Amino acid sequence: MHGCGEQSVLEGVRVLEIGGELGAWCGKLLGDMGADVIKVEPPGGDRTRAYEPFYENQPGIDRSLFFWHYNTSKRGVTLDIERERGRDVFIELVTAADVVVDSAAPGKLDALGLGYEKLAQTSPGLVMASISPFGQSGPYSDYASTDLTALAFGGPVWSCGYDDHSLPPVRGGGNQSFQVVCHFAVMGIMTALIHRQFTGAGQRIDANMHAALNVTTEGATINWLVAGDTVQRQTGRHASVAPSADGQALCRDGRYVNMGIGARTEEQWVHLLAWLEEEGLIEDLGEYLNRPTREAMRRGDAEAREHQRKVASVMRELAAKMDADELFKRAQSLGFQWGIINAPEDVLEDPHFQARGFPVEVEHPDLGRSFIYAGAPYDLPKARWAIHRRAPLLGEHNEEVYAGELGMSADEIAELISLAIV
Amino acid sequence: MAAAISTRQPPCAALSKIRICDFTGQLAGAGATRILAAFGAQVIRIEDRLRQGQWDIFRGNGPWMDERRGIDLGGTFNNHNVEKLGVTLDMRKPEAKAILADLISVSDAVTENFSKGVLERWGFSYEEMTKIKPDIIYVSNCGFGHVGPYSEFKTWGPIVQAVSGLTFQSGLPNMPPAGWGYSYMNHTGGYLMAIAILMALYHRHRAGVGQWVDMSCTDGAAALNGPAILDYTVNGVPARRPGSPNSNRSVHPRMAPHGIYRCAGVDNWVAIAARDGEDWAKLCKVMGFDDLAADASLAALEGRMERHDEIDARIEAWTETRARMDAMYALQAEGVPAGAVQRPEDRIEDDPNTRAWNLFPTVEHSKMGRVRVDGMPIELSETPARIERGAPTLGQHNDEVFGGVMGMDSETIRSLVEEGVI
Repeated sequence: MHGCGEQSVLEGVRVLEIGGELGAWCGKLLGDMGADVIKVEPPGGDRTRAYEPFYENQPGIDRSLFFWHYNTSKRGVTLDIERERGRDVFIELVTAADVVVDSAAPGKLDALGLGYEKLAQTSPGLVMASISPFGQSGPYSDYASTDLTALAFGGPVWSCGYDDHSLPPVRGGGNQSFQVVCHFAVMGIMTALIHRQFTGAGQRIDANMHAALNVTTEGATINWLVAGDTVQRQTGRHASVAPSADGQALCRDGRYVNMGIGARTEEQWVHLLAWLEEEGLIEDLGEYLNRPTREAMRRGDAEAREHQRKVASVMRELAAKMDADELFKRAQSLGFQWGIINAPEDVLEDPHFQARGFPVEVEHPDLGRSFIYAGAPYDLPKARWAIHRRAPLLGEHNEEVYAGELGMSADEIAELISLAIV
Repeated sequence: MAAAISTRQPPCAALSKIRICDFTGQLAGAGATRILAAFGAQVIRIEDRLRQGQWDIFRGNGPWMDERRGIDLGGTFNNHNVEKLGVTLDMRKPEAKAILADLISVSDAVTENFSKGVLERWGFSYEEMTKIKPDIIYVSNCGFGHVGPYSEFKTWGPIVQAVSGLTFQSGLPNMPPAGWGYSYMNHTGGYLMAIAILMALYHRHRAGVGQWVDMSCTDGAAALNGPAILDYTVNGVPARRPGSPNSNRSVHPRMAPHGIYRCAGVDNWVAIAARDGEDWAKLCKVMGFDDLAADASLAALEGRMERHDEIDARIEAWTETRARMDAMYALQAEGVPAGAVQRPEDRIEDDPNTRAWNLFPTVEHSKMGRVRVDGMPIELSETPARIERGAPTLGQHNDEVFGGVMGMDSETIRSLVEEGVI
């Protein structure tokens, strides 16, 4: 699928992905950049094959859209590594691999005799990244974790929610904790692969999701580290030590726009006044015909706060008079850093995302259909990002890998299947 | 490949042969090169002497560690720029352009996250840079990218989150979007940018070619909503529907009970998630819910989803009489996923996992002194990250870089200072 016959970044790099759901995004990021990722699932299938939503809303081992999304560009084999025959096959697979992405429970692969030390004996250049909720050892490493509990305990949730603190703080949507730790895992793997380009040496990577979330909280951490201050959550804007004015406005069509940064320059303020004039709202500003200065806002005294509140309330009146898309584009044309609050699906119809090729079509030959998927987080023009294939059906590549690559006979494979090892 | 010049790099730094000519700022850019620097890349951060480096809004902004104020003393800037070298150039002057060209000629990558077109206006478009160094890697990370109808639009983290769908996905039903409460996408935009730079470096080492990676932070953000996008494109189920989002609950996958519950004291909360019937049975045991445990209709997920509100009320009656950590410990002792909503001070000062990991190391800053910063959540066994040196003060490494890297004699440097070039 990549253009001009050029090599993709990770073409020829073999990745084995094994374990739980934490590592799937890591494997996808590598696979979409051209790595040959083999997802090793237990014979009954990966846990996330049972995750909603399902194709046509009907559950089924190959119908999870969650699984579809997180496992593009991978091949799939089944293998029970809890049993000795399965472990032997796994070691054979590792011999041909460059990278292992392991998100099994900490210590599990070690206990099975499949830890890094063992695997590196036969694959000295191996890069093995282990991804876990709290790191491979130490405090909490045996704690149970989900996206919700991870984001709460790791820090992001404290900053997220509403002005009204009788409401609980809020989790940001979309299983982001898994994605955060996987971003670090990919950075670690790429760093290790570059080190291997220079030296030939492999290494072990321990990726700690709790730690990754802790360093992905921006001002909450820095305000504490540097000044000993604790930020407080606010509706739709940065949690902060000193309260700021609400900048989220409801538009005529029921959609919201983030208008958190007002006029930064005198020129922008003049544009805004002209716009308010045009919309018949200029009188509503009352005495505040100048803009709130940054100094006054920083000072935060009663007068400055009143000024800010007044301007914010007139801005909300402005928003209520038009549709969100119109407000967003007009404001941006005047240089304001405002943004429409889209639902995830809205970007697919948006001309900007379309012009950049964000929605991508992926063939599902087994269904005789193709579907639109989320596209590239980054694209390298000379080594293209691409979804090379849809997620594997359960055991789809058993034959191809076990017979074609490991050279097993049909009888051997049949035996492994009859023993439920494959 | 840059010649190894700096004696500061430990021998085991993975990226010690890499030199980055770095114009990044804020977090979405500076956060990327920070990670490369921690793994040993020589990151030369170029700042504008006339504007005192304030194209990065964090230069000279708080939080502050004491009563001192000034361009070199901001806590956020320090956090985002550890382990980098800092030089100054006045890009309005032709001599500065000549120096930049020389620096590019010995660099592996040029990085920036300006608004579209800044480098081009200085005469350093990608085309021009390839004339200086044919295999140069250029990675730009702009809010909407350099291509597409919104490429002139202005953004910052919350706008990227708004337009991409991330803000929308975070909130409680019948409430405005809560958003993330901070610039999640400035962190994540930086992670994706670091990945893109590493990918481009790896590719250059194999294929011998550089390239321009035109990143749009908003593409990166939209790519983090995969299952929701597929639910729409495959099943026609939009995220914008009644009762959605309800992001403290779990729909992908469905889990119940699942929420953030009030604990004893002021603004104290604990997150709890039952992944399956087993977790549910254990939760009932911990909380003494014999009646609910015996209710066969609740053994299945469907029943718990239907009576989620009722179960939530029972759970909260239990949690609100307990300290958040006690509630978490009691549930985790039985293997039920639970996480206190930690305040910054909890997870930085009192968390045994972050402490054992040394997640918030102390750096030495030439003017601020010893300050704690965000550390690295991945450990690489052979090429560990190093975060010891604070951010550069304005022009701190002019002599080291212009003299040591570029071979200027001290007289030349002195006259460049006098002429206001550096």
